[in-house]
Amino acid sequence: MTDRMLSATADHPDANAVIRERAGILPPAPAQGRLPPRTHSGPVDWIHRNLFPDWRQGLLTIVVLYLLYLSMPGLYNWAIGNATWVGDRADCVANGGACWAFVNARWGQFMYGFYPVAERWRVDLTFALLIVSVAPMLFPAIPGKRWFLAFSLLVYPVIAFFLLYGGVLGLPVVETARWGGFMLTLVVAISGMVGSLPLGILLALGRRSKMTVIRLFCTTFIELFRAVPLITVLFMASVMLPLFMPQGFTLDKLLRALIGVALFNGALMAEVIRGGLQAIPRGQYEAATAAGMGYWRMMIFVILPQALRIVIPGIVNTYVAIIKDTTLVLIIGLFDLLGIVQAGIADSNWLSASVTKTGYVFAGMGFWVLCFGLSRYSMYLERRLNTGHNT
Amino acid sequence: MADTASQSPGRLPSGPPRAPFLTRGRIRSLAVQILFIAALVWVVHFLFSNTMSNLSRQGIASGFGFLGNRAGFDVSLHYIPFSSSSTYLQGFWVAVINTLVLSALGIVLATFLGFGLGLARVSRNWLIARLATVYIEIFRNIPLLLQLFFWYFAILRPLPNPRDSVDFGGIAFLNNRGLVVPEPILGASGNAVLMALVIGVMLGIVQTRRMRKLRDATGDAGPVWPWWLGGLIALPLLAWAVSGARFELIIPELRGFNFQGGMVILPEMLAALLGLSFYISAAVGEIVRAGIQGVPKGQYEAAVAMGHSRWEMMRLIVLPQAMRIIIPPLATQYLSLAKNTSLAAAIAFPEIISIVAGTTLTQTGQAVETILLAMGFYITVSLFIAAVMNFFNYRVLRNDR
Repeated sequence: MTDRMLSATADHPDANAVIRERAGILPPAPAQGRLPPRTHSGPVDWIHRNLFPDWRQGLLTIVVLYLLYLSMPGLYNWAIGNATWVGDRADCVANGGACWAFVNARWGQFMYGFYPVAERWRVDLTFALLIVSVAPMLFPAIPGKRWFLAFSLLVYPVIAFFLLYGGVLGLPVVETARWGGFMLTLVVAISGMVGSLPLGILLALGRRSKMTVIRLFCTTFIELFRAVPLITVLFMASVMLPLFMPQGFTLDKLLRALIGVALFNGALMAEVIRGGLQAIPRGQYEAATAAGMGYWRMMIFVILPQALRIVIPGIVNTYVAIIKDTTLVLIIGLFDLLGIVQAGIADSNWLSASVTKTGYVFAGMGFWVLCFGLSRYSMYLERRLNTGHNT
Repeated sequence: MADTASQSPGRLPSGPPRAPFLTRGRIRSLAVQILFIAALVWVVHFLFSNTMSNLSRQGIASGFGFLGNRAGFDVSLHYIPFSSSSTYLQGFWVAVINTLVLSALGIVLATFLGFGLGLARVSRNWLIARLATVYIEIFRNIPLLLQLFFWYFAILRPLPNPRDSVDFGGIAFLNNRGLVVPEPILGASGNAVLMALVIGVMLGIVQTRRMRKLRDATGDAGPVWPWWLGGLIALPLLAWAVSGARFELIIPELRGFNFQGGMVILPEMLAALLGLSFYISAAVGEIVRAGIQGVPKGQYEAAVAMGHSRWEMMRLIVLPQAMRIIIPPLATQYLSLAKNTSLAAAIAFPEIISIVAGTTLTQTGQAVETILLAMGFYITVSLFIAAVMNFFNYRVLRNDR
């Protein structure tokens, strides 16, 4: 549209081309004198347009290609070419590449921590159940989301706890000290997600409350937790919380970490949700009041459903941050995926530079897949919600 | 909600009667608040009395008196004098300075890297744009703690010992004890050069402001860059020449098992800087890209129509407007970087968490005090960064005419 306007107003076709080229709006028109304009398609044109638009960009392209040429073979050889897939430490040191044999040998521990081998089916079942209850919510086309949401927020956590911890229906108890690896990462992340949402909603409502005392309390709570790093909150939960409790009353170490993660992320979530609450037009509040609704009925049936829908991308982004933050629990002595990899590479049977690198690369890939997937999903939602609002 | 009905027109003699001061809604709200305060007081009292009885049973005296005691530990990095005979309070200040230095260096690096990435993301060179995307997606989707571990345990620690250092042209050396770089010695000239630099920067700022005012008033003003050139280079050079022109570069030399001379950047510092700046720069890159793409297309077209080159268009038209979009989220990232320096405790960088909530806590058992001290520090830093960025934001937004 804009281009049409430009060509209509500019009296000289070449000047027009220069303008477009400089602005980077359209590909540069080749200087072909009076010949008819060429169409811009085909691989040669694509390369010309995107890699060699002028001599400076061309030089840059060549330099970057050369650097890639220098680094890529080395990367390939490390990860695949010289890698060891089966074997022991000696093989890995001899081959010099990545030591996937180490990941292979430790796979069970990386996934389940010290969870008894005979009971691992419980972990599998717990997460299979999670996928079944959450997956339908990810796709807009599937109806009845409300029920899936209620199930995964209210019923699922209870089932998951008894499945993992045991003690009922003849399931042997598995102490939380034996939980670890990727399973613990998911437990911490999902509890953080489930716990932070209601806490965030309450705090956000409190911060916008008309009651001064409630508002002051919530604002202070949110701002204090936002100002300090998660690690201090975890330290507080692991060192100070036992002091707060009456004598003889002990809280599980994992539970303390979960409380810390939920409080911290609840404060972050509150700010995301507050953004949504502020975006709801005044008329909605007034209409609800005029319809005779009290505060809670208005919030639950009119305001929150709209506000939460607006901030879904923000909530998902906070979830990505929660997944990345789960790694911090290793500092207070829990073995999440990173913690167990860290412990594995310190094993004297495997200790070597290539095992260290491989362990971190493996853990990194695990986290990357989760976080990248979620953030892409958030982008998809954002696009979908945007079109929804514009039409 | 119900009390909004109390807005009566008042001027009309036959208007509705004024609602009484105590409506049902007001009474309920008051009752809720009083109950809330009572519950809060009870909870705080419960926790406080528990803590007190627990502490007295463990024989730990509460209060900050322990800060004056002899610390008895050593710190690998300190910018103020510190030894094992110093006090815990001095240890706290060492940790504060280390944390601030790491934050400042990290912010500078992440800003440069991030702006480079943001510009690369919108480059018309397909290869550059793609590479920047790959970088950003890799580094922002992997937990920072994992990245710190990778740089420290997988890259820097397994480096060879000083005898087999990685040699950078015979000047700088990288080994398992850190990066050894040459140390410039200016002697007495050092202070003079520093003074000249300060004066030069002030001169530059004053001139920039004057020229901006002049340009706003008349539409035409001289260039500013000669003043900056003079202030940043010519003046310090002059000061250096006048004060004796002493300059020596001490190049590190391998003697025995270690290097003599030069400055050493510890592996903990290197790993923390690499991890923090790579991680935050990915977020900054996305912010810069969003800012640049947030500038209306008409501005680009107008810039080209005015005959500006691509670089001028970016520098004079696009970036100044993009800054308005960029600054608020950028402030959040700086804040996040300052808070994330706490993760460097896991790779033994001597910052607040590792010294105060780590060593001091384990040695004294003063859990409540040390953690409050650490939290207090971060709250102060957060408030400070928020205030600075608000001020800067105000300055940039104010130019919105």
